[in-house]
Amino acid sequence: MPNSANPDNSGLSVVPPMIETEGLDFYYGATQVLHQVSIQIPANKVTAFIGPSGCGKSTLLRCFNRMNDLIDIARIEAGQIRIHGLDINDPAVDVIALRRQVGMVFQKSNPFPKSIYDNITYGLQIQGVKDRATLDAVVEKSLRSAALWDEVKDRLHSNGMGLSGGQQQRLCIARAIAVEPSIILMDEPCSALDPIATAKVEELIQQLKSNYTIVIVTHNMQQAGRCSDQTAFFYLGKLIEFSKTEKIFTNPVHKQTEDYITGRFG
Amino acid sequence: MNASSSPFRAQKSSSRFVERLAFGLFRSATYFILICAAFIFGTIFYKGGGTVFQTKAPFVNLPFLTESPETLFVFEYDGVQKKMGDKEFRKFKETVGIKDIPAESFVYSSGGIWPCILGTVLLVIGSMVIALTIGICSAIYLNEYSSHGRFVHFIRLAILNLAGVPSIVFGLFGVGLFVIFMPVLQNFDNPSSPTLPLGFGYFLNFSGWNVCLLSGWFTLAFMALPVVITASEESLKAVPMGLREGSLALGATKWQSIRTNVLPYALPGMLTSAILGIARVAGETAPIMFTAAYVVRDHVAWDFHRPFDFLFQGVMALPYHIYVVSSKIPQNEYTERVQYGTALVFLIIIMGIASSSVVLRNRARRRYRW
Repeated sequence: MPNSANPDNSGLSVVPPMIETEGLDFYYGATQVLHQVSIQIPANKVTAFIGPSGCGKSTLLRCFNRMNDLIDIARIEAGQIRIHGLDINDPAVDVIALRRQVGMVFQKSNPFPKSIYDNITYGLQIQGVKDRATLDAVVEKSLRSAALWDEVKDRLHSNGMGLSGGQQQRLCIARAIAVEPSIILMDEPCSALDPIATAKVEELIQQLKSNYTIVIVTHNMQQAGRCSDQTAFFYLGKLIEFSKTEKIFTNPVHKQTEDYITGRFG
Repeated sequence: MNASSSPFRAQKSSSRFVERLAFGLFRSATYFILICAAFIFGTIFYKGGGTVFQTKAPFVNLPFLTESPETLFVFEYDGVQKKMGDKEFRKFKETVGIKDIPAESFVYSSGGIWPCILGTVLLVIGSMVIALTIGICSAIYLNEYSSHGRFVHFIRLAILNLAGVPSIVFGLFGVGLFVIFMPVLQNFDNPSSPTLPLGFGYFLNFSGWNVCLLSGWFTLAFMALPVVITASEESLKAVPMGLREGSLALGATKWQSIRTNVLPYALPGMLTSAILGIARVAGETAPIMFTAAYVVRDHVAWDFHRPFDFLFQGVMALPYHIYVVSSKIPQNEYTERVQYGTALVFLIIIMGIASSSVVLRNRARRRYRW
């Protein structure tokens, strides 16, 4: 079937995929936005979703942590999404626990108007963690992982919205890491950032992948080429091609992929 | 080209004259409003000031603010005209030893308005607590939880309609529901009203709460509700969606997200709604006329036997007192003094309550800046 692919293309895959969708059909109201999407995203690697605007990549991303539940008219008509082998749309699944396991960084950075300290510890505080020592340790660990510690360690109690754009996005990444998810979803994290901030975030993604599974949606093909191990190309709600990044960018199988990568459309 | 024939030189023309005329008209209309407001406030301050303030320390006429209304007696003794309140007059008659001194009496023209001040403050605070509780909860439900269907549309329409209901109709509503019909838990069966036996000798008698603080509180609260709900909803809408999404993505429940990431930032707007509610509620006479206010009452608010009696007592109120003194008793120079004094005290109290809300709001704004 042209719509599904295992990126290794080796017959055996010993490690089960972290995220797996099977025949996913997704609707916004009466419009079908995703058509029979089947994809297997491996653990501890960076997977990039590329494609022209409106092809459904952000929608698919938001399905993974059920953020589309917030939208009244969104619904899954057919197919399954499995994370760690478990169907996440099963009524028995606790959405809150799911969202703690699957963190998200949004396109427009949204630091809370609280102090940097409170931003990072927010995820833990709502779980009831009050111990000051634990929270302090988590703050330092998350900010170091996000490569932000040196820049803000002297002003942890100043307002998070006083940081620059790149710092705010790294703060959001640190905030997502603080709850120790296994998967981090990034929806065009660098689209609002200047090249230097972008470079810092990309470096951060490379450092993070050893501990987390990262799925990144990006409009910027050079970024996909630099950052990711696998790339999936979407067009009009269908998964066209999914394979190792070098292969997609040097020797794509489908003509649509080649057209998009060489800039003939999108 | 010299200056006098430059194309940019201002020329006299009829359109410029019409423009100046129009601006003059708009400006004088605005100044007219300003003058009317200044006239109203000025008259009240001038005429009431004579009653409330005095030239010697403590610069405020304390008896006016701390005593109950009394009857004024004006009489002649030893060729000197004396004016005394009721208690003073009796003491005077005792000390002088004459049982009957012919005197002109004027009702409510002496003493003070302390019970009225107390009653108004209690009514405003109680009704605002109820209105803010119900109003903010409704605003949160309408904005955060409800689906956008026809039913919710009707609810919003109903709230808007509530804002247009005349205050006297609210008074009648209060009488019909709270004064006459609300259930009271009692241990006897009231034969003249519908009763629900609860067993163990207790009955739920639908005999109403009578004229009391509770009835007044709920009637005034319903008057303030549309204002509170609308302003609170606006302040909730102003909080950006990114804050909610960000907290939900971290694993917060919807209520946690609202409580920690939306409500604190909507708080200044909700305090504004409180100010608007107070403005609506504080000066109303018609709703409290039948539901909470007495013309005169001997007992003060904390003069009660059982704790529940506090809620079930009627009070005197400032706007109602102004009404009574201005139209229900013969007018003379003494009643005019009381009228304006009461009006001034009333204005000052409302300004005080509103100012404290403004101070609270500014503090909240500074604390939860976003």
